Amino acid sequence: MSRITPVGKPARDPRMSGPPGLYAERTKVYPRAVGGIARDVKWAILLFCLTVYYTLPWVRWDRGPGRATQAVLLDLNTERFHVFGLEFWPQDIYFLTGALILGAVGLFLVTSLFGRIWCGYACPQTVWTDLFMLIERQIEGDRNERMRRDKAPPSFDRARRKLVKHAAWLGIAFWTGGAWIMYFVDAPTVTREFWTGQASSAVYGFTLMFTATTYVLAGWAREQVCTYMCPWPRFQASMLDEQSIIVTYQGWRGEPRGHRKHGSETKLGNCIDCSACVNVCPTGIDIRDGIQLECINCGLCVDACNEIMEKSGGAPWLITWDTLARQKAAAAGRHARWRFFRPRTFIYLTVLVLAVSVMGVALATRSHQILSVQHDRAPLFVHLKDGSYRNAYTIKVANKTTRDGNFSLTVSDLEDGTLMQAEDETRSATLMLPVPADSIATFRVFAAGRPARLHEGSEDVAFTLRNSETGEQTVDPSIFMGPGAPVR
Amino acid sequence: MPTKIEKDSLSGRETTGHEWDGLKELNNPLPKWWLYVLLATIIWAIGWLILYPVPGITGHTSGLLHYSSRANVDADVKALATKRSAYMDKIAATPIDDVKKDPQLLAMATTAGRITFANNCAPCHGTGGEGHVGYPNLADDVWLWGGKLADIETTVTHGIRSSDPDARVSQMPRFGLDGVLKPEQIQQVADYVMTLFGQGEAGKDVAAGQAIFAENCVACHGANGEGNRDAGGPPLKSQVHLYGDTRAAVVSQITNPRMGVMPNWNARLDKATIRSVAIYVHALGGGE
Repeated sequence: MSRITPVGKPARDPRMSGPPGLYAERTKVYPRAVGGIARDVKWAILLFCLTVYYTLPWVRWDRGPGRATQAVLLDLNTERFHVFGLEFWPQDIYFLTGALILGAVGLFLVTSLFGRIWCGYACPQTVWTDLFMLIERQIEGDRNERMRRDKAPPSFDRARRKLVKHAAWLGIAFWTGGAWIMYFVDAPTVTREFWTGQASSAVYGFTLMFTATTYVLAGWAREQVCTYMCPWPRFQASMLDEQSIIVTYQGWRGEPRGHRKHGSETKLGNCIDCSACVNVCPTGIDIRDGIQLECINCGLCVDACNEIMEKSGGAPWLITWDTLARQKAAAAGRHARWRFFRPRTFIYLTVLVLAVSVMGVALATRSHQILSVQHDRAPLFVHLKDGSYRNAYTIKVANKTTRDGNFSLTVSDLEDGTLMQAEDETRSATLMLPVPADSIATFRVFAAGRPARLHEGSEDVAFTLRNSETGEQTVDPSIFMGPGAPVR
Repeated sequence: MPTKIEKDSLSGRETTGHEWDGLKELNNPLPKWWLYVLLATIIWAIGWLILYPVPGITGHTSGLLHYSSRANVDADVKALATKRSAYMDKIAATPIDDVKKDPQLLAMATTAGRITFANNCAPCHGTGGEGHVGYPNLADDVWLWGGKLADIETTVTHGIRSSDPDARVSQMPRFGLDGVLKPEQIQQVADYVMTLFGQGEAGKDVAAGQAIFAENCVACHGANGEGNRDAGGPPLKSQVHLYGDTRAAVVSQITNPRMGVMPNWNARLDKATIRSVAIYVHALGGGE
């Protein structure tokens, strides 16, 4: 398509250029180091989370000979998820759904009570960004030094520092990507295979991918992940209300803000407008503008403000953790109590307790065997020379226990019913099916009988599987077909 | 071509000189990239014609690459056979009962047998071996020529009434067509045969039929219709009959018998494949 330009007018009229672009350039954030209670808690959580993340794959767990020895192993090759003493089959996938529901509702509850503390303290994006910022500070210095060096003309010193920083970031990113892989393949094995070039291309590929994502997200994207990529800040507003504890600037105390000048008689608030809270913010916002999308509730501005107040002799906690309702009351000179129990916290708590109970019961009572009976379709039935009828079934037996099992199979509701295995010529009322531990075995089983009600085409029968050692029983209904069967 | 290039006053573009009722067509050429892609495909096509076969009036050129999809298929088939030979040679060299005992060979034979069955046997015997009238059901427990692994293998290898000299052969005389029995005798013997598998007419005297049966049929079908595998005589007292269970079917079979033919598969399939398909067929209904 070519655009028709009216004659007599310049092709590009600057006055006709459209509205300003929708793309906003990123303003680089240079967070300053700060010490205090929020920072200490953040360091503690960071240390805990990273220690667990990096060392958990190396924890061993004895499951008997020939079994996986890793405590937490999501083994996709053998289709088994091992979580310490628990073992999950693909058929148990609903436990994953349950875990996700637990996670979501737990997050809702915590957010409605304490705001986005997940974002500020425990989210991997925050944890790794904090770690990367720490390294950045060690190599390139604090806020002012970094800003000065970035503004200055290129120098050997700057190039050297940047090189070291990115190398360190990449190293950590690689370590992170490698640790991720270890949750899916045996850690000692994959480590050896990785360095001897014997690991699968999937291992190398995923390590590279998670190295890249860690490096890019924690090193370069940082607060942009929270602001633009993550859906959570976008709908967290529906969990928050005026009773949620959030990081708050106490405007009624601080305003009007301004620098103290000797001899000035102007009545000023507590805020001396030193910008410390802005300088330490990892997302580059001004908390004094009130609650906003970018705020991850980390509380570093609280630390920064307290630090300044201590030095300047002002009253601390000008920026604090509080609810909007209490702040409103305080501004009006009243005192308000924090309400822990609100309809929403009550509902979240109820759902949480319910989900935990359902999960717990399901986990405690889950079956250790699966019987799946599939009626063969070609042929639906055969007529035997003695006049009886025979149907074939494909029977799958899953033995989820850790011991080799001997299962007995019987059929009920079939007149004169006998069972026979395709490999074995003896007919009997009960078949013994051996299934090794932790595996699924498939058997082709013939059931023969003279059903009385066969003129109806088919009749309902039921197969019963019984573990002869534990006595656990599983029943799977099926059908027995004969002449007069409706054409399928 | 218009002699004078005219420019459209509104858009500033050249016109093609074509005019319809005062409307003039603007000359908007193809975008350049489009043209270049067209030229590139032409150059590509020339290279293609040189490298790959091109049909001519008689035959075709072979091209510089000597590409042939037929040769590729042959090579693929050969490669596949080589890949399988490790197992298939072993199956061919192992007695069939021992193949069944070796889990690895059994898995290979069952898979090879399943595919071979679907390609070669299913048209007559059905995808699950269920058969049709005149084509034996392989999933039941009636085996006219033996249901042991070796029996099935022999039947598949040499066929039944096929051109193979070792084929299994049996012949039912045409009692009606050749005038061996009179029509009423055929009716009488049919009445008796029906009683053998419990479908006889109640209260009917079948003594005459029984006498005819004893004289003409027992040699192959046995004194009580239990059949005789060596002579190839099907068991008549069985509830399952190849050519039907009705009285009309019995009369027809005595008068002008149908005698089906099973091809000798040694002419088309190798030994290991036949052995595999025999193992697969045996497992369909449990064999004997």
